[in-house]
Amino acid sequence: MIAAIRPFAALLVKEVRGFFASPLVYFVGAVFLALSGYYFYTNLNAFITFGFGESIVEHLWQRLYSDIVRVVITVIPLVTMGVFAEEKHLGTVELLYTTPLRDFEIFAAKFLACMAVFVVIVGATALYPVLIYRIQPFDVSSLASVYLGLLLLIGAMVSIGIFLSSLTETQLIAAMFTYGAVLLLWNLSWNEAAVPGDLLAIVTQLCAFDHFEPFGRGVIDLKDVGYFVAIITLMGWLTMRSMESRQWRGRR
Amino acid sequence: MIQAEHLTKDYGLFRAVDDVSFRVEPGEIVGLLGPNGSGKTTIMRILTGFFAPTGGACSIAGVDIARDPRQARRMIGYLPERVALYPDMSVQGFLAFIAKVRGVEGRVQGAVEEAMEVCGLTSMAKRQIGKLSKGYRQRVGIAQAIIHQPQVLILDEPTVGLDPRQIVDIRSLIRTLSGLATVLLSTHILPEVSVTCSRVIIIDKGKVIAEDSVEALTEKTAGRGETLVRVSGSEADILAAVRSTAGVEQVDVLERSRGGVIALAVRSARGGAVRSHLVRSLVDGGWSVHEVSPRLMSLEDLFVDILERAGRGENGP
Repeated sequence: MIAAIRPFAALLVKEVRGFFASPLVYFVGAVFLALSGYYFYTNLNAFITFGFGESIVEHLWQRLYSDIVRVVITVIPLVTMGVFAEEKHLGTVELLYTTPLRDFEIFAAKFLACMAVFVVIVGATALYPVLIYRIQPFDVSSLASVYLGLLLLIGAMVSIGIFLSSLTETQLIAAMFTYGAVLLLWNLSWNEAAVPGDLLAIVTQLCAFDHFEPFGRGVIDLKDVGYFVAIITLMGWLTMRSMESRQWRGRR
Repeated sequence: MIQAEHLTKDYGLFRAVDDVSFRVEPGEIVGLLGPNGSGKTTIMRILTGFFAPTGGACSIAGVDIARDPRQARRMIGYLPERVALYPDMSVQGFLAFIAKVRGVEGRVQGAVEEAMEVCGLTSMAKRQIGKLSKGYRQRVGIAQAIIHQPQVLILDEPTVGLDPRQIVDIRSLIRTLSGLATVLLSTHILPEVSVTCSRVIIIDKGKVIAEDSVEALTEKTAGRGETLVRVSGSEADILAAVRSTAGVEQVDVLERSRGGVIALAVRSARGGAVRSHLVRSLVDGGWSVHEVSPRLMSLEDLFVDILERAGRGENGP
């Protein structure tokens, strides 16, 4: 059993190390945390000043974490763009694809490595609610729900980025397409007035914001969880098809 | 050990590999010889399971690469044409990673140290791969190919881009590996096969055009009894003297240089035996002799020769 997962574990460790050994992740993390800190400060300030007669639990988290998602969308392409594109550019895919690793293991290791990056940098934002908790204890269950939602949302967006990275050997092209794709996914239903009524139902079903928003209220619905898991599964499947395409395209 | 049967690979309308069949027996070092673009790399990529063939099948130690790719890959060590390594990793770290991924059983560290030892990398263990010279990177490429002690080694152009000293090192390294594995290597350099291989498969335009032992090939490349002569003096007089030398059948002028040196290709029935006569008659004639040597056949000449023979309906060598 241990021998069977050793190659996978080795690839996962290599991928995670690769991220944390390169300066990119630290710059991404620094900008991400600076912006998140700014949003925390301004949201909290507005909340205290105007109050809105709302509870922290219900409304501060929702506002704060929607703002944080905006920053997440900005940095996701930077983390995922190189996942396959860099290997194709270097030519190391040939090495990887001729090892006994399964395509699924390669996708899974790369996906989990990206997630590790986000667990660290997004996990650091948990400092903000901890600061509030020390002044004013609150029910943490809705906060846990927000972080579960974030994890799923980031997972879906990372999987999109990985798939797009597998289509090109130019990192910037992968980054641009990923940015476009995740931003659209997040914003799909924002202009409700412009969408005809019968289409709106479908559009809101596809929109990531509509599935993330309940987590901010502390509502964990299986339908929303399923939405994100479905995206990850679909993107994983597409990535593996893209990896296989070398076989018939005769190209890396 | 390696068996390829009627392999074909199309890239769109272009047929890169056309009905290629060959076998490599256990313990052999076989060279895949052909000009650039002849399909060598594609054949190797099919053997390693990186590409699927359009038609045909291949197996490694009896394991069909299409049916059980993971088992087949376990038995292969592969050095791709473009030695692609992760530039940020250390030599040691990279080899340990490859060892684990390739499923080395037992102590990975031991396997890493052994591979570094064999490839002369021990002093570079902690160096970053991106900072190594090309020769050392090539060694790392070979070290990763042998780290899991594969039964079959597939090396795509193992000496390309190296300086002469490094080429000698890598060739002798490959020869030392011959006791440990069956080796298939590709090259477009003719002398390379004679130095390292026991048998040669010659490829052109995606087809196998000949298979030969290295001895037979060496004989051929030593020229069909042709001698190269460089001499300066009056062309007409020299030609007359050479033609009248005993044993000479045919003389062609290859080139006339500005300094008045002419290069001749002299064909004779007895091959090298005519050379001493040639030298004597040239010296006696008072011309200054710059060079007299067996005329080595280039890869292009060899190909022309093989194709001509095939065209005449003779069996390939």
